[in-house]
Amino acid sequence: MVRENFIKYIKELEKEVTEMGEMVVAAISRSVEALKALDAIEAKRIIADDTLINRRRWDIEEKCINLIATQQPVASDLREILAILCIVTDLERMGDYAEGIGKIVVMHGSEPLLKPLVDIPRMADKAVGMLRKSLDAFLRRDAQAAMAINSEDDQVDLLYEQVSGELLTCMIKNPQTISRATYLIWAAHNLERFADHVTNICERIIFLVTGTMTEVNVSRY
Amino acid sequence: MEFIPKIETVGLNFYYGDFLALQDVNIKIPGQNITSIIGPSGCGKSTLLRCFNRMNDLIEHTRVEGKIVMNGRNILEPDMDLISLRKRVGMVFQRPNVFDLSIYNNLEFGLRIHRMLNGKEEVMEAVRQGLEHVGLWGELKDKLRKNARALTLEQQQRLCIARVLILKPGIILFDEPCSALDPVSTLKIEDLLRVLKQEYTLVIVTHNMQQAARVSDYTGFMYLGQLIEFGRTKQVFTNPGEKLTENYISGRFG
Repeated sequence: MVRENFIKYIKELEKEVTEMGEMVVAAISRSVEALKALDAIEAKRIIADDTLINRRRWDIEEKCINLIATQQPVASDLREILAILCIVTDLERMGDYAEGIGKIVVMHGSEPLLKPLVDIPRMADKAVGMLRKSLDAFLRRDAQAAMAINSEDDQVDLLYEQVSGELLTCMIKNPQTISRATYLIWAAHNLERFADHVTNICERIIFLVTGTMTEVNVSRY
Repeated sequence: MEFIPKIETVGLNFYYGDFLALQDVNIKIPGQNITSIIGPSGCGKSTLLRCFNRMNDLIEHTRVEGKIVMNGRNILEPDMDLISLRKRVGMVFQRPNVFDLSIYNNLEFGLRIHRMLNGKEEVMEAVRQGLEHVGLWGELKDKLRKNARALTLEQQQRLCIARVLILKPGIILFDEPCSALDPVSTLKIEDLLRVLKQEYTLVIVTHNMQQAARVSDYTGFMYLGQLIEFGRTKQVFTNPGEKLTENYISGRFG
């Protein structure tokens, strides 16, 4: 087998993408925990840690650019590098959503939560599950699995509708709750967007495997 | 692929003695395009190219089966006029093979062989057009009596192309046309090919896959005498249909 070195680089890149994915999983899970506990100190740490995710993205991007410039990848090698470039862009943005929830926790301040959080952690679990499955599908080159993950986004959308509907009702009933309810709607919206980015990742996996760009899921939000 | 092929081979087999060098090759090469044939050494790509103007006839103990159709005619028929075929299907080789003659005589030579001479002025006009076409007229117009071997390799290769063009072929075959040239000259020749394809059908055999990717509209991949895949270059280099092609172009063997 020739080009062993090149293949080794690609494998390393794949590993780095999954590591970055785990960083994003940790960030979003921590941010929802911080929201549940209204832990502003942890929230500030999450905000600061986003820099690490951003740095990781630049790092992977630079390695991709180097490979393109020096190795002239073609066919599935080229598609993989392009897919990685897109995936890390999505992951970076997803990290921003975790950071965003951190900022919401800080803004929320010490006033108690409007209600105990049920559906928001559910959205987070669902979205994290989608992300993990997508990274797994990426490593296994499994276009069908990637396609299946897309349908899970509808469940996240449904939860978002439920959460925002409930919070709207609260605001209508009692205008005093408007600011706290708005914060929670923002948080839920961040999670909804987070899951949308997983569907982008899935599109890239399908492209990597099949060579065709397919828009698989048009989110309602 | 929907086009009327300029060259079409049907069930083409080619033997060097007992060795089957081309095996059931069926290819349709479109006109006014650049088609690259790639593949590892010994895969039959040069043999295929040389079938198109029957250069292989010059090699002893060879045998060909099948059909090669150009303009509705099977050029493998025994009564094919080879001189006129090779005039219509020109060839440019790996190393520039200019004659040890002046630049002018290099160009005039083919016209004389093919009895296309019609007075000095017309010859001069053909020489001018030929050199102009390959971008050499400006730099060589005052040096036409200079020996062609004194030119740089790139200029020599351009001159060889001009020598083919002057005979007004429809098809030009290139066998590794840039492998003796430096990278800058290579890119300049590639630019020339892009201009030429507006008028001619170009077929290039190349080891240089990046060149095939850069310059050609269609790419054929050959392996062990067979045409494994043929398609639009964009498709072949981003999403080839055959695993063998993928492994070759991505450098996993060959």
